[in-house]
Amino acid sequence: MRGALQITNISWRFIRIWQRNVLVYRKIWLVNFFVPLLEPLLFLAAFGLGMSALIGRVQYHGEEISYIVFITPALLAITMMYNSFFENTYASFVRMYYQKTFDAMMATPLSLEDIIAGEIVWGATKSVIATAIMLVVVSFFGFVYFPHGLLVLPLSFLGGLAFGTVGMIFTGILATIDMFNLPIFLFITPMFLFSGTFFPVSALPGWAGTISSALPLTHLVDLCRAFCLGELTPDIGWSIAYIGIMFVLLFPVALIVMRRRLIN
Amino acid sequence: MADNARHIIQAKELRKNFGSFPAVDGISFHLTSGECLGLLGPNGAGKTSTIRMVYGFSPMTSGRLEVFGLDVKTRWRQIKSRIGVCQQENNLDPDLTVLQNLEIFARYFNIARKESRARALELLKFIALESRKDDKVTSLSGGMMRRLVLARALINNPELLILDEPTTGLDPQARHQVWERLELLQASGLSILLTTHYMDEASRLCERLIIMDHGKILVEGEPAELIRSYAGDHVVEIVNPGPDIKEFVDAHDFLHDSLNHRMIIYGREDDRLFDLIGEKFCRQTCIKRLATLEDVFLRLTGRELRE
Repeated sequence: MRGALQITNISWRFIRIWQRNVLVYRKIWLVNFFVPLLEPLLFLAAFGLGMSALIGRVQYHGEEISYIVFITPALLAITMMYNSFFENTYASFVRMYYQKTFDAMMATPLSLEDIIAGEIVWGATKSVIATAIMLVVVSFFGFVYFPHGLLVLPLSFLGGLAFGTVGMIFTGILATIDMFNLPIFLFITPMFLFSGTFFPVSALPGWAGTISSALPLTHLVDLCRAFCLGELTPDIGWSIAYIGIMFVLLFPVALIVMRRRLIN
Repeated sequence: MADNARHIIQAKELRKNFGSFPAVDGISFHLTSGECLGLLGPNGAGKTSTIRMVYGFSPMTSGRLEVFGLDVKTRWRQIKSRIGVCQQENNLDPDLTVLQNLEIFARYFNIARKESRARALELLKFIALESRKDDKVTSLSGGMMRRLVLARALINNPELLILDEPTTGLDPQARHQVWERLELLQASGLSILLTTHYMDEASRLCERLIIMDHGKILVEGEPAELIRSYAGDHVVEIVNPGPDIKEFVDAHDFLHDSLNHRMIIYGREDDRLFDLIGEKFCRQTCIKRLATLEDVFLRLTGRELRE
């Protein structure tokens, strides 16, 4: 019984947890808006003004594009990953472990599965909000091709679900909040660097390129790039399927590890 | 069937193991509509494990448990929507204000937004915290937080209120404030299940008590009846008792406990021999008092320290 998957415990009531998090988010919305607003400007300043002068143009899918246009979609993908992953690790961990918010919720008709689903959907929502703000900023510079670029928004929800779920699994298994350094060092930072973000995957030696193509962020970056450049090729279907399947397979794992952790 | 309907809680051979350790070791009890039932016991007796199973927080290992005549294994969502729970820890939501703590909690029960606000304000009045409604919960005193936790447990107009050590860690003023509210709720006919290790709390609030230890029920009954059966009416405590009193007590077969430097003797009302103890042997410090629930508790669960 203990730690068994109880997916049928999920009800639409998970929306109540989402609403609670929205309310708390709105309290300091200015701070929450500030980061995704400024972050792209910092990156664009560093890479657009600094690095671009060194690198100039990049070969991508047989086309020459400016370096800044190359990395802008990657910045969007990284934002999706960071916002959902950090929400469902640090923020969820604080609510679960320090604030005992989940314990209080479990004395109401909510199930543990409702709570976890609500948290992950909220993580994905944060990914959408941050991505939307960033999209507006980079659009001003003309780095995004519209209307295709708008597809980034539904993608940020899907990507947020997938990476938030990964974060929630770590929240379920790591003993203390300091241990999050481990998945960040082993999982998040390597992806940040090697997922076709700042240079094309093709620049890596064969074996490294194979590893890189298997990383989830690589697929998210590819999708963002396809949408932002307006190049909807058939192979984006594979990347969408990758992210979707990743979520579908890992979500039950998140439910199981959280049940093991909290129900005894 | 009619009898079962009056039973708010019905537990049969309820068991909870943590690994191979039996935290709750096959207990059976019931709670009748409108009554306040107290679970007493030292730390680690299994009180909290028991009530956690009742409010569906913790799955039972074996046995049968019904709340409102519904099986907790399958009908937990309905049951949880009809009970109010004050957990041991003050797990108020520190990200929210006092009022929002109640409103958002009401939303977890699917109470409509407008009604949530109305009930929240009404309950703030009940716990006398209206003036603090927009404050952060972290700015409240321990007693205020406890009252707010109590108000939060009442947000869904529960038919059963579960309180896990409602006044632990509070100063006397704050405890009495909480008790007053609980007595009002009791008078309105609310069924209450309470755990505590404060004997005054148990005897003041509860009509019926269960004393537990090591996961088992030791005794069950009304407070006055328990005191009479396990500690008599009066108690004489003698500090540094001499050999003569020991002999006297043994000769007359008095119910007593011999501690290191103290002897506690339990006696009945109108017992001439017992009265004689006071007259004959009280050369040194000697205290005669009424028997209390604490005597019962210590006699049944022992005097050694727990974890």
